[in-house]
Amino acid sequence: MAQSESRLAGRELTLAYEKRVIAEGLSVDIPDHSFTVVVGPNACGKSTLLRALSRTLKPTAGQVLLDGQSIATLPAKQVARTLGLLPQSSIAPDGITVAELVSRGRYPHQGVLRQWSAEDERVVAGAMADTGVADLAERPVDELSGGQRQRVWIAMALAQQTPLLLLDEPTTYLDIAHQVEVLDLCARLHREQGRTLVAVLHDLNQAARYATHLIALRDGRLVAAGAPQDVVTAELVEEVFRLPCRVIPDPETGTPLVVPAANRRAAARS
Amino acid sequence: MSTLSRTRHPRTLRVARFSVRYRPRALAACAGALLVALLMAVLALGHGDYPIAPADVLRTLAGDGTPAEDFVVHQLRLPRVATALLVGAALALAGALFQTLVRNPLGSPDILGFTQGASTGALLVVVAGGSSQALAGGAVAGGLLTGAAIYALAWRGGVQGARLVLVGIGTAAILTGVNGYLLTRTQLMDAARAVLWLTGSLDGRGWEQARPLAVALAVLLPLVLLGCGPALRALELGDDAASGLGVRPERLRLALLGAAVLLAALAAAAAGPVNFVALTAPQLARRLTGAPGPNLAASACTGAALLVTADFAAQHLFGDRQLPVGVVTGVLGGGYLLWLLAVRRRAGHL
Ligand SMILES: Nc1ncnc2c1ncn2[C@@H]1O[C@H](COP(=O)(O)OP(=O)(O)OP(=O)(O)O)[C@@H](O)[C@H]1O
Ligand SMILES: [Mg+2]
Repeated sequence: MAQSESRLAGRELTLAYEKRVIAEGLSVDIPDHSFTVVVGPNACGKSTLLRALSRTLKPTAGQVLLDGQSIATLPAKQVARTLGLLPQSSIAPDGITVAELVSRGRYPHQGVLRQWSAEDERVVAGAMADTGVADLAERPVDELSGGQRQRVWIAMALAQQTPLLLLDEPTTYLDIAHQVEVLDLCARLHREQGRTLVAVLHDLNQAARYATHLIALRDGRLVAAGAPQDVVTAELVEEVFRLPCRVIPDPETGTPLVVPAANRRAAARS
Repeated sequence: MSTLSRTRHPRTLRVARFSVRYRPRALAACAGALLVALLMAVLALGHGDYPIAPADVLRTLAGDGTPAEDFVVHQLRLPRVATALLVGAALALAGALFQTLVRNPLGSPDILGFTQGASTGALLVVVAGGSSQALAGGAVAGGLLTGAAIYALAWRGGVQGARLVLVGIGTAAILTGVNGYLLTRTQLMDAARAVLWLTGSLDGRGWEQARPLAVALAVLLPLVLLGCGPALRALELGDDAASGLGVRPERLRLALLGAAVLLAALAAAAAGPVNFVALTAPQLARRLTGAPGPNLAASACTGAALLVTADFAAQHLFGDRQLPVGVVTGVLGGGYLLWLLAVRRRAGHL
């Protein structure tokens, strides 16, 4: 078995839906206690990678290692106590309330005889408070706005209380203030609780600002991985997104700030 | 907040390291449905050419009746009533499972073709001139084979609800045609028996029909309710979310579809294709409990109450003309379906 430094890693993964191959020989490392952000154009395989890392999708070749063991061989509930996933889209059952949906995140910690412990209660309340949905607790999820709903799903993933957490586009649907709030929450979870976070983000500037480790994908290939300061360059953005741009220091944080070129055709020619 | 809506919320009972979660209203709904089922059962046991007062029925059930009462209750009426309770519970549980798995209130064994498959199996036995035991066996085999075929046809690296519904409805249409054809191939005497069977009837049902169903329910009810209930609630959130929570979606779906098909097939073997119970009972249960989610236990209780009541009505409400119970459930269920469509349409869901 390949040796791996970090708790979670993909080794030589071939990922496919039926016959359609999305990635071949893809290897990624998720550094421990990092806030890893995955970026890449639409349909490049970000969600597919997260599915594979969370064992939702079985690789056709290669393996995902969790604590040095192939994730496919571990019991599902045990994996779910270590590794949580916020999928890009989920379904809220008809009429379910916010509190109930968030409580379903406790599933991997429960058993037939231990259905709802005091700990479950406390964790769910904490997750709702952290995501700012405590006031919505008794509201039906179908009646919430897209942004409120997104925060409820994040609360459910938090209630799972896993040291590793994979978030597929946690900021979609959110207004800019709530985007920053969610990212601050992620940063706090990462910094204060030492959790390892992996998030798919579309905003490169947010990615550069919050990530401690950045993974750039294109067409199922790993184009670059490393600290945002090293990775985010005009060349890389051009290569990954086919977008001519300038990269300047973020006036607030000094992290790379991507500014798309004003006259893109001219920039592409030069 | 009103008392009603507060009773919807879960409460917790904790003893040492153990804890259970329950909703007062859901518990009351189960108890209520069960009570109705048992009351109707006692009523049905006492009603007929040899009337027995409810108190005497209870005394006889306790083993304290006169020989005549004993014979009427235990030999003549109890098998039929027990079959009604069991068939109702089995169909409703199967319906609740299908509806949850395919995420569609129309997901039910009589719409997705499993019941039609059971009928095909039974009719093949009738055409071949088999005994009633063979007929029951044919129904079970037909239902299970149809279930396997639908699952295989709907498979595309996994089975999605919408696909299963489409394949199921197609299969139901084909098998209805096949059943019509088989009916024309039967002898006149057999045709009458076949038609009666095809409406769903509890007439002359004995312990040999009730027993396999009782065993299946005794095994499957705890397995499904306690073993798979929480996982099914996770699966309701979608395959990705469920898998993130530590459920293996495809495996769970296969296991629960298998259980539901088995229950529906055994119910058809015992009483013929009793329509609409599997469709209506889970919806009714949901409204009674006011709770989201599969409501498996409440559905089973509601189904038992529904079928024993429908059978009582079929036997006694139409003068000396007894109807097969399938006619009553058909009319009730069809009416309910129209009402549901009207309500959902008004609410803008359809
Ligand atoms: N369930 C599926 N079955 C078949 N193909 C799929 C499935 N899900 C995704 N794909 C395909 O796999 C490719 C990668 O999809 P993926 O969802 O991983 O992209 P992504 O990088 O997350 O994109 P986005 O930014 O739009 O979310 C796409 O071409 C998509 O069409
Ligand atoms: Mg995606």
